[in-house]
Amino acid sequence: MAMLRTKEITKMFEGKEIIKDISVELKENELVCLLGVSGAGKTTLFNVISGLLPPDQGEILLDGKNITGESGHISYMLQKDLLFPFKTIEDNVSMPLILKGMKKKEAREYVAPYFETFGLEGTEKKYPAKLSGGMRQRAALLRTYMFSSQVALLDEPFSALDTITKRSMHQWYLGIMDQIKLSTLFITHDIDEAILLSDRIYLMTGKPGQITKEIQIEKPRPRSEEFLLTEEFLQYKREIIEALKLG
Amino acid sequence: MKRKLRNITDKASYLIAVVAILIIWQMLCTLKVVPSFMLPSPIRVGQAFVSEFFILMQHARVTLIEAMVGLAFGVVIGFVTAVLMDSYEIINRAVYPVLVITQTIPTVAIAPLLVLWLGYEMTPKIVLIVIATFFPITIGVLDGLKSTDQDAIQLMKSMGATKVQVFTQLKFKSSLGSFFSSLKISVAYSIVGAVISEWLGGFEGLGVYMTRVKKSFAYDKMFAVIILISVLSILLMGVVKLLRIKCMPWERK
Repeated sequence: MAMLRTKEITKMFEGKEIIKDISVELKENELVCLLGVSGAGKTTLFNVISGLLPPDQGEILLDGKNITGESGHISYMLQKDLLFPFKTIEDNVSMPLILKGMKKKEAREYVAPYFETFGLEGTEKKYPAKLSGGMRQRAALLRTYMFSSQVALLDEPFSALDTITKRSMHQWYLGIMDQIKLSTLFITHDIDEAILLSDRIYLMTGKPGQITKEIQIEKPRPRSEEFLLTEEFLQYKREIIEALKLG
Repeated sequence: MKRKLRNITDKASYLIAVVAILIIWQMLCTLKVVPSFMLPSPIRVGQAFVSEFFILMQHARVTLIEAMVGLAFGVVIGFVTAVLMDSYEIINRAVYPVLVITQTIPTVAIAPLLVLWLGYEMTPKIVLIVIATFFPITIGVLDGLKSTDQDAIQLMKSMGATKVQVFTQLKFKSSLGSFFSSLKISVAYSIVGAVISEWLGGFEGLGVYMTRVKKSFAYDKMFAVIILISVLSILLMGVVKLLRIKCMPWERK
């Protein structure tokens, strides 16, 4: 069953179409990637899905319910971690619960057990400035997860990290995905990252941005880093590069 | 160890500067480069300070009370104005020019008017201090609120946060840094404002004391009170610094 489905979304800015007829689908516990060049309107699509921008056309369905143009259902995470510098990690992570009306103490107790799952134990009372980039992204992801444990939108979540940290974050993310059962739609322009992490890839190209191709990655998860060196992987990569050229 | 040593020399450097100035000043007086009735020597100023200590403290008490009451009002008014200006663009556009105009009027010029309208008691003095102190607070807080990370605001909205929640959870604390920076300025203004308002009328306070000793040509006492005023300002700025550290624990290294 589809957790999240968008139906032919079109969004215009000053009379110009930015994205056109975007229909994507995200199944339960699936990791789906939107891959495309900069300027294809990926972030605009996320703003529409999260309800920050109303679409000019189309619908967004979450678990069968129409949430078009409503915020507060789906949150997202950006490459900037956007942790509040003046809150400790536990309070940053608790924020979505506080917004929903939970008491501070209750929220802290609620988030506590997740610190271990996310590899964040020991950072509860620290301020974000004391954490490394990778740890901050983990905390930002935990905050997103605290907001909604069903669907997460990740907008280039690892692109600000250095290559080595990024690699270890990929492994970490693949590991955690199966523990927390999160359906994830994520944006990237990194082809390797897309193939390594996703179950399915939507290619988004052109102006206005449209979905031009859908690729299923058959290799079962969790995948190790060696997958990056296999012929199978290169096959996918070739296919994507070709498609992006045509687009 | 080396670091500690550098720390000490860092602190010592300004002490050395102060001592050097005092020595030069003292020499100018002892060598009679400047006649003593025009510039009393630091030693004489020190003596005046000691002999007048209790009287000075009495006056300082009054000045401090005026300054703190005025500053408190100034902070509240400044803060509320900034929040309103940030929340409603129309208020921002209407109020901003008026605010700037209030700051172009010299305090010394309106002080006599205030005394004329409001009498010789506390009220005109506090009004003057409010006028002097609320502006830096308004501008500082407004700047802080406006420079809140827009992406962070968007993120909160995506999580369904209300305007009030965005303010209490994010904007308020984001503006604390610039609030304390402007409070540091306002604290100094509050003392200066109090003294100026006392020049023009009143019965007690460091400004009143200042006019009295000036009229009796007691320049040693004059210098003593000037130094006391600047010491008070420095101490209050120190208090603001401590408050900042207390209120913003995330800034600690």
